[in-house]
Amino acid sequence: MTSDGKFGVIGKPLQKVDAVAKVTGRAIYADDMLLPRTLHCRILRSPHPHARILSIDTSAARRIPGVQAVITGADLPIKFGILPVTQDERALEHEKVRYVGDPIAAVAAIDEEIAAAACDAISVEYEVLEPVMSIDEALAAPKDERIQDYGGPHNIHKLVALEFGDVEAGFAQADHVREDVFFFQGNTHLPMEQHSAIATYVDGRITLWSSTQVVHYVHRALSKVLELPMSRIRVIGAAHGGGFGGKTDPFAHEIIVCKLAMLTGRPVKCTLTREEVFYAHRGRHPVLMWVRTGVTRDGLITAMHFRTALDGGAYGSYGVASTFYTGALQTVTYDIPAYRFEGCRVFTNKPPCGPKRGHGTPQPRFALELHLEKIAHDLGIDPVDLKRRNFVMPHTRTVNWMRVTSCGLEECTERVMTASGYAHRDKRPGHGMGFAISSYLSGAGTAIYWNDMPHSEVQIKVDRGGVTAYCGAMDIGQGSDSVLATIVAEELGLQPADVRLVTADTDTTPIDLGSYSSRVTFMAGNAAIEAARKMRGMLIEAVAAKMKCDAAAVEVAGGRIGDFSFQEASVLAEGRFGTLISAGSYTPPKLAGPYKGSGVGPSPAYSYSACVVDLEADARTGLVKVNRIWIAHDVGRAINPLLVEGQVEGSVYMGLGEALMEEQAFRKGLHKWPSMLEYKSPTFLDMPEVETFIVETVDPEGPYGAKEAGQGPLLPVPPAVCSAVYDALGVWIDEVPVTPEKIVEALRRRAKGEPARFGPARFPSIPYPTAIKVEPPPREMDRAATSSI
Amino acid sequence: MLRLPRFKYLRPKNAREAARMAADLGPRAMFVAGGTDLFPKLKRRQFDVETLIALDFLPRDIHNGSSECVVGAGVTLASAASNEHLVKSFTGYAQAAGLVSSPPLRNAGTVGGNLCVDTRCNYYDMTYEWRKAAGFCMKKDGDICLVAPSSPRCWAVSSSDTAPMAIALDGVVGLTGPDGERELPVSVLYRDDGMDYMAKQASEVVTSLTLSAGRDMRTAYVKLRRRGSIDFPIAGAAVALQLDGDEVVRCRIVLSAVASHPLEATAAEDFLKGKRVDAETIRETADIAAKPAKPLDNADLSHFWRKRMVHVVVEQALLQAATRTPGSTVKLLGQYPE
Amino acid sequence: MKQEVLRDVERVVLKLDVNGERTELLLPVHKTLLEVLREDMQLTGTKHGCELGECGTCTVLVDGRPELSCLVLPIQVEGHAITTVEGMADGAVLHPLQQAFAELGAAQCGYCTPGILLSAKSLLETTPRPSRDEIREALAGNLCRCTGYSKILDAVELAAGRMT
Ligand SMILES: Cc1cc2nc3c(=O)[nH]c(=O)nc-3n(C[C@H](O)[C@H](O)[C@H](O)COP(=O)(O)OP(=O)(O)OC[C@H]3O[C@@H](n4cnc5c(N)ncnc54)[C@H](O)[C@@H]3O)c2cc1C
Ligand code: SF4
Ligand code: FES
Ligand code: FES
Repeated sequence: MTSDGKFGVIGKPLQKVDAVAKVTGRAIYADDMLLPRTLHCRILRSPHPHARILSIDTSAARRIPGVQAVITGADLPIKFGILPVTQDERALEHEKVRYVGDPIAAVAAIDEEIAAAACDAISVEYEVLEPVMSIDEALAAPKDERIQDYGGPHNIHKLVALEFGDVEAGFAQADHVREDVFFFQGNTHLPMEQHSAIATYVDGRITLWSSTQVVHYVHRALSKVLELPMSRIRVIGAAHGGGFGGKTDPFAHEIIVCKLAMLTGRPVKCTLTREEVFYAHRGRHPVLMWVRTGVTRDGLITAMHFRTALDGGAYGSYGVASTFYTGALQTVTYDIPAYRFEGCRVFTNKPPCGPKRGHGTPQPRFALELHLEKIAHDLGIDPVDLKRRNFVMPHTRTVNWMRVTSCGLEECTERVMTASGYAHRDKRPGHGMGFAISSYLSGAGTAIYWNDMPHSEVQIKVDRGGVTAYCGAMDIGQGSDSVLATIVAEELGLQPADVRLVTADTDTTPIDLGSYSSRVTFMAGNAAIEAARKMRGMLIEAVAAKMKCDAAAVEVAGGRIGDFSFQEASVLAEGRFGTLISAGSYTPPKLAGPYKGSGVGPSPAYSYSACVVDLEADARTGLVKVNRIWIAHDVGRAINPLLVEGQVEGSVYMGLGEALMEEQAFRKGLHKWPSMLEYKSPTFLDMPEVETFIVETVDPEGPYGAKEAGQGPLLPVPPAVCSAVYDALGVWIDEVPVTPEKIVEALRRRAKGEPARFGPARFPSIPYPTAIKVEPPPREMDRAATSSI
Repeated sequence: MLRLPRFKYLRPKNAREAARMAADLGPRAMFVAGGTDLFPKLKRRQFDVETLIALDFLPRDIHNGSSECVVGAGVTLASAASNEHLVKSFTGYAQAAGLVSSPPLRNAGTVGGNLCVDTRCNYYDMTYEWRKAAGFCMKKDGDICLVAPSSPRCWAVSSSDTAPMAIALDGVVGLTGPDGERELPVSVLYRDDGMDYMAKQASEVVTSLTLSAGRDMRTAYVKLRRRGSIDFPIAGAAVALQLDGDEVVRCRIVLSAVASHPLEATAAEDFLKGKRVDAETIRETADIAAKPAKPLDNADLSHFWRKRMVHVVVEQALLQAATRTPGSTVKLLGQYPE
Repeated sequence: MKQEVLRDVERVVLKLDVNGERTELLLPVHKTLLEVLREDMQLTGTKHGCELGECGTCTVLVDGRPELSCLVLPIQVEGHAITTVEGMADGAVLHPLQQAFAELGAAQCGYCTPGILLSAKSLLETTPRPSRDEIREALAGNLCRCTGYSKILDAVELAAGRMT
């Protein structure tokens, strides 16, 4: 930044630092790597959704020429898992399998064909157990045995119940109370790149290149399962072909290739097939939701009671956090004075669910937006108006202790309302427009495992005029490397292309907790600012000494520091201080409220979005054609507007897929369609024009005021689609995906005089514990606190 | 990465030689044209073959006679879809070819291959591992049908987009067998059997497709699928109409993806003949046409809804055809049911 | 499945013309063009997302037309000109499409990018000034999970404008 407050590179639509590598095919993704003598690994997976393993015979596989090693669960017995409380996975299972696709044995062979044939030659004897395939089945007593041996009763994994403020009193004050039930079907990330990992073991040290979103978590899991100190393991993030949350857990294949490399002394590579990617999953939880809200005659919320039931699949993954997330962010968009949340996650015999773009919050957002819209119709108030009346205000704390700082909800709403002409929409039958809003975290305020380290660290080295920035963050395509380079360049008066980057390598870069929860720009960005300002300080000091002037008089801009070029300045500074290195780190403020479970939801800042969808829905066929989508996103500040737009448009795309067609469905215990053909991802011809508006509220704590952009804008799309379908046809589709058959069925029900809706009929009875009562924070507590930042 | 199984690759010089090779090798060999249907299925181990017999000698040209058009079996779907003559005189056929899967696939997939494309079922078009987990079905490696377990037969779905249109246009295929050549109307090229779905000899090569009844026929193909591209049809209607004023003198209505073979809606054809085309007649015709369609739960979306949609695709195809001037050039862009 | 690895591998000597370079290779006949490009020719710019013809990621040009390299055998394209993403730039100078994709952020993770660039290149060669709908039609076989397609459409339009 120059002394007159103008940015050099922040806010400019600059090309990404890795753009040329990506458009020329030069970026090296994990599966592109082939080291000399590489062996190929394939994994044998369970054909049963639920079974005990009685025996595994690998002898025939070992005899196949070209097979170099075969391992089973006995070789990797130590359990791991992303959360410390749910260490329930094994790289290879030798006691019990819990979903079709659970890994059992792995082969390293001279080529993939032989490895696959060897897997087929392994014979496994099973005692087949009754599978549990739905939330209802999981809540009932198991026919054979429980899926996991923790949690309970039955196949319940986690139960939570929290109450903030006096909910009963809130309902008593209400003029109108409404209850609804919604269902959000599970879906998966479907990154174009299939997960891949390649490991070497040389001189007692493991090196793993992987398509992971978080090198640090893979590092930890490897150390635990392989029983090697972290200092003997190096995890490097290869160029990344898309994550969306799906590559945030440590995965079996990553551990397996390391183990096989240790056994064979040769590099070992494993690239999952597309079908295996569906089994690795960790995608969106299917969530059943019940919500009851009291409002005054004017539509002001007096109390809300929200219940969720998550179908977690077979393992814990991030599930405990996901469960809390289904109740955490309702309050950061609407002012809810009294709030009770009851959440439940169950185990089922399906691939484990976990974090997908919006982690645990798109489902309740869907329910909440439609529920409020229904309340508005009950009261005869315009839905947009009703929502607006309840918007949270900036710089407040919610009833569940979430600290809201900058908030552009109103501005986002205004932008999409104006641009779309929603208020004056064409009300012909079959045409509809729908509106919804949302909010998301700019990084979780608490780490997933307890530790005292900062959440992100950046180191900068300057020598011979060159700048190198080191950070553990992984660029998964969202452009985090470019953001880092931009920030460092801004502070040092350079261009992003002048900054060399070393990222996502546990040997050479300091810690960063990875690319998920929309945390990188915010956290690594703040760490980079700190490191870069320290470096800038040294450069200025050396230049000021040489110029014999005050440091304040030294301008840093346009590749110059005072009277000197950057290179000259760096030589001066190196002469004065020795090796030029600086470091910065970021730890989010302690924001958690005074209750158990308060670690999920707090974030140093929330992004906000508003969306309008315009569509045609055909009453006879139920087919929906989306005409246009308007989306406004409060990103705080756009460090690079091109990247922000890209994230927003990508989120809208994924939200639209979830709203209309994407579905992780099961039949007879098996994934119904683990392929790119049958799992429907919208093509160029299914995607409408999207009009994106960037709203900048300049957050007090974000780097230059920036907040997140990669997840929040997905959230309003599914409810806006359903709201538009209602507008077009007068029927509610209370579950996603909104397939044509559901619309036709809702219309048929209406014609028969039944309620004009399609959706779950009831919410099951769940043995939630008595809610822990939490005093809400004093309503004014943060006005003073945040203004002092 | 999914990979092909090992096979031998033979390159006969002509159809006769190819047919002889196929006759000699029997079920252990298969023909390959574009490979866009065969290769995915081989990767999923849906066939056990030791040898592939390449059909790269097949003619790749389109001959345009006065009342008929001879399309070489080796013509790619992309060329067929953009061929000026086909677009003009056999619009529905060009339309159907242009609606197969996606642009890059149409650059390899052939007209002959599309007529011979394997029947589909979402218990069958799965990897070896998936099928092993589900339990193999009778179409490959097993002995029961997973869709209709009490049924003695396989109900896999005929999913060719062009075959129904070829039938509606009185198409005739040229076949070359080990001992000679013959012609067979496309309408009798198929059997109502998900497994043994072709009525030709396995060793016979399809060398050409002759479409006639063009010129004064108004034709249209409407395809239903979930997305605007890539997907197979989950219902489709091929319609050819000849009008005298607004009276129907000839008509063919053939459905795709609702049975194990392209299903001709003969009752609807009889009903429509001699009638004037108006909205009411079209609706009634579509009703009758949809009756024999019996989709099962082995393709995308529910079979109830697909059954209901048969009516809609027929109606739309009739409407499109009726309002199309014979021989006029139409722009083929983004055609899927409105 | 068990038995098939016991079969002999038939190998063929093929002359492939890739990006204007002719190379003679001894290849198992059942290896797809995708595998050969990536594993035998180190042209790893061609990516893959399904190997079944369902995603378009592996698109390359054969005589200028996009085809799915996961469904093509090298023996089928001997004597035809194959273009991969590595063959798009003119030396160190990016193709206008590559330039536009880079400038507009049309490549996020970049995994779908090579296939989409090649499909777009083929389109612009036959239709120099395509409409947005024509671009959509031409690219409809290429899935992208990151961008929502908007920036890709913009980039193709930008490149088309610059090329004519
Ligand atoms: C993702 C995907 C989507 C698809 N979508 C569609 C779709 O929407 N509509 C559709 O119709 N098809 C679709 N297909 C199937 C297929 O690609 C096309 O039908 C294509 O036209 C097949 O032609 P081909 O030349 O590639 O056939 P091949 O794969 O070479 O052959 C297919 C079958 O026909 C036999 N065969 C081929 N040519 C001849 C011949 N001349 N004589 C005798 N036998 C022959 C082969 O032995 C094989 O059994 C799709 C395929 C994929 C992978
Ligand atoms: S219809 Fe039945 S027998 Fe035929 S492929 Fe499907 S499951 Fe198998
Ligand atoms: S890899 Fe998906 S189409 Fe070839
Ligand atoms: S840029 Fe990631 S899939 Fe297209």
